[in-house]
Amino acid sequence: MKREPQKNEKAGDVLLQEINEPHEDQTTHKRSVWNVVAIPLLAILTGLIIGAILIAATSTTVYAAFNESFGQGLVTAWNEVITAYQALFTGSIGDPARIISALRSGDERAIRSAFNPFLESLVQATPYIFAGLAVALGFRSGLFNIGVEGQLFIGAACATYVGYAITGLPTIIHMPLAFLAGALGGAVWGFIPGLLKATTGGHEVINTIMMNWIAFRLTEWLLSGPMNRPGAGGMPISPLIEESAQIPQFFQTPIRFHLGFFIALGIAWLVWWLLFKTKWGLNLRTVGANPRAAKYAGLNVAKNYIIGMALSGALAGMAGGVQILAVNRSMALGLSSGYGFDSIALALIGNNHPLGVILASILFGTLRNGATRMMVVSRIPIDIVDVLQAIILMFVAAPAIIRTIYRLRKPKHEEETVFVSGWGGGQS
Amino acid sequence: MSKKILFIFTILMIGSLLLAACAPAAEEPTAEEGILVCQITDTGGIDDKSFNATAWKGITDAEEALGIRGTFIESQEVADYERNINAFIEEGCDLIITVGFLIGDATAAAAEANPEQLFSIVDFAYDPSIPNVVGQVFETDEAAFLAGYASAAVTQTGKVGTFGGLPIPTVTIFMKGFVEGVNYYNEIKGTNVEVLGYNIEDGTGLFSMDFSDQQKGRELAISLMDEGADIILPVAGPVGLGAAAAIQERGNAYVLGVDSDWVLTSPEYSNITLTSVMKKMDATTFSVIESVIDGTFTGGVEVGTLENQGVDIAPWHELSNLISAELQAEIDQLREDIIAGRIVLQ
Repeated sequence: MKREPQKNEKAGDVLLQEINEPHEDQTTHKRSVWNVVAIPLLAILTGLIIGAILIAATSTTVYAAFNESFGQGLVTAWNEVITAYQALFTGSIGDPARIISALRSGDERAIRSAFNPFLESLVQATPYIFAGLAVALGFRSGLFNIGVEGQLFIGAACATYVGYAITGLPTIIHMPLAFLAGALGGAVWGFIPGLLKATTGGHEVINTIMMNWIAFRLTEWLLSGPMNRPGAGGMPISPLIEESAQIPQFFQTPIRFHLGFFIALGIAWLVWWLLFKTKWGLNLRTVGANPRAAKYAGLNVAKNYIIGMALSGALAGMAGGVQILAVNRSMALGLSSGYGFDSIALALIGNNHPLGVILASILFGTLRNGATRMMVVSRIPIDIVDVLQAIILMFVAAPAIIRTIYRLRKPKHEEETVFVSGWGGGQS
Repeated sequence: MSKKILFIFTILMIGSLLLAACAPAAEEPTAEEGILVCQITDTGGIDDKSFNATAWKGITDAEEALGIRGTFIESQEVADYERNINAFIEEGCDLIITVGFLIGDATAAAAEANPEQLFSIVDFAYDPSIPNVVGQVFETDEAAFLAGYASAAVTQTGKVGTFGGLPIPTVTIFMKGFVEGVNYYNEIKGTNVEVLGYNIEDGTGLFSMDFSDQQKGRELAISLMDEGADIILPVAGPVGLGAAAAIQERGNAYVLGVDSDWVLTSPEYSNITLTSVMKKMDATTFSVIESVIDGTFTGGVEVGTLENQGVDIAPWHELSNLISAELQAEIDQLREDIIAGRIVLQ
């Protein structure tokens, strides 16, 4: 924001300056490492503390213990919370004791099981990375893409179709083809609201929400109609995709860790390079930062909106594609637990930067993965993780709260943040 | 100054959390009290008032009667199925119960990868069968037939109605049996009771396309009542409760519960619940658990029928005055006829 063109006649100069600038000012970055890291870290800590209070407050055994005596109640509450968080940790990172004993025993299956929690967290994080990148790229281009969920569904449907309908291709062609089909499907679903915004001024927030509903019902119809698995009798499930279309998993059961995670990292790098190292990306960001200035600088704002939405949609489509091709192997009702919506929060936590998105995705994936074991061990509903995520997000989105609680000083200069210029933003 | 103290405090907190998390696992409750039975729900959740909840009731019943230990995981999306099954294999479950057609693929894959692990799946049958999986399927139309016959006898308007959640076999089998029951009554008594909401010839009908939104159930029930139906069978899980609410407000119609006895699960509607078409997944789940304890577990299919009490209609409860002794006798006879195969459903 700080380099955004202020005066029209200087706009061209500013653009040139930015292009020629060798590196981002690193000194300020170094100085502000603590400032950048402190807020998310403290937000996570605060989230865990509030989560602990919730866990204790919703446990009947804790109440029973408090009935006996106050001290007993405190001890029980503490134990309850520790058991839960222990399960969260061992379920998402791994149990050190178990890893050691598995390595000692030398049993392959035991070793795989011992290392599975951490790798499974990365599996959980993969669709979040794609979806988070989709939202982040949208934000950078001044577009609030709430349609990631719908684009994800369309992408998944396209990837599924290419995955099962085309046969006889070698993996090296079929797998990328199915993946790109997913990206293309998402891109089309993003392109439409982009086009509507560019040509008619219809706001993308409204249009992408509507496109979501169309996508949900369309895929439901596809799954129980044209794409229905033979013999499923209308049960909304597609045929299994061909083996040649599957994104390979690296290990045997129960580890599901797959190539898609590295594809996600690669795509994240690509998005970073596009946004920050190319003229296209500069155009997108300039339009995102200030469409009026961009217009006077001679940029085609409408075109950039369309590109931004289509690219964002393509990333969302990849999220759906990777889930189908690497994990699910067929499409059925209940494809997504809301990646498209969680990713809005995730992009904000990651400050709309690809690296931030990756880190936030791994955090979300870890929490969700650990929650499973927490549910098994202490019967804590998985919803507690939604609460944790919400609290963390709230504190990250409103750093003032964290600063007040922990009495942090406000950084002297404003961090480069990205936010959407509200309703009507971008109309010029 | 205060910042420093806070910083130290933060480090201490994080440290203690980490230490606590890494501490040697607090003596896992290894006390072996009975077998461990683990349920994986589909995306409907454990409290769906439908098959997930009913299967879970089978486990809690077994907890009381057989002294087993039960636990469950709720799946939030398709990708969770495989992971949740793996998590339960890790936990050392003796029997893993998966619920719903959509978990079929994941269950089959896990069963083949872990031939020692016992599974049972509700609403799915494998062909050919897998030696370590019991599929639980239900001839729900047999019970729905009895409910349809009773409804045809009780209706004042000569019209009864039904709607489903999705046009899928496990739903439409209720509607089909219901229509057949009404048609049978018409055939025997020479009446002309009409069923709204399902066409048995081409399988089309009224569907909410949803298993959670009660508002849709309300709307469908209101339109069926507007068309003259005074007994409604909503086959859509919790959506049906919306229909029950609409019927209770109108006051001159009855609802037929599905899956479980609604008078027991939703007593607020007991004054309008004529009966319920029960699909006793709790009973079949219970018997699979028993077979594991006895050591008689064999893979294949467990079919719930009127004969083995896997499906049935619920008692009339508060509305028993609507059922004459004569009608009761006819229904009892029908039950015998179906069990004996004298009445064959399509």
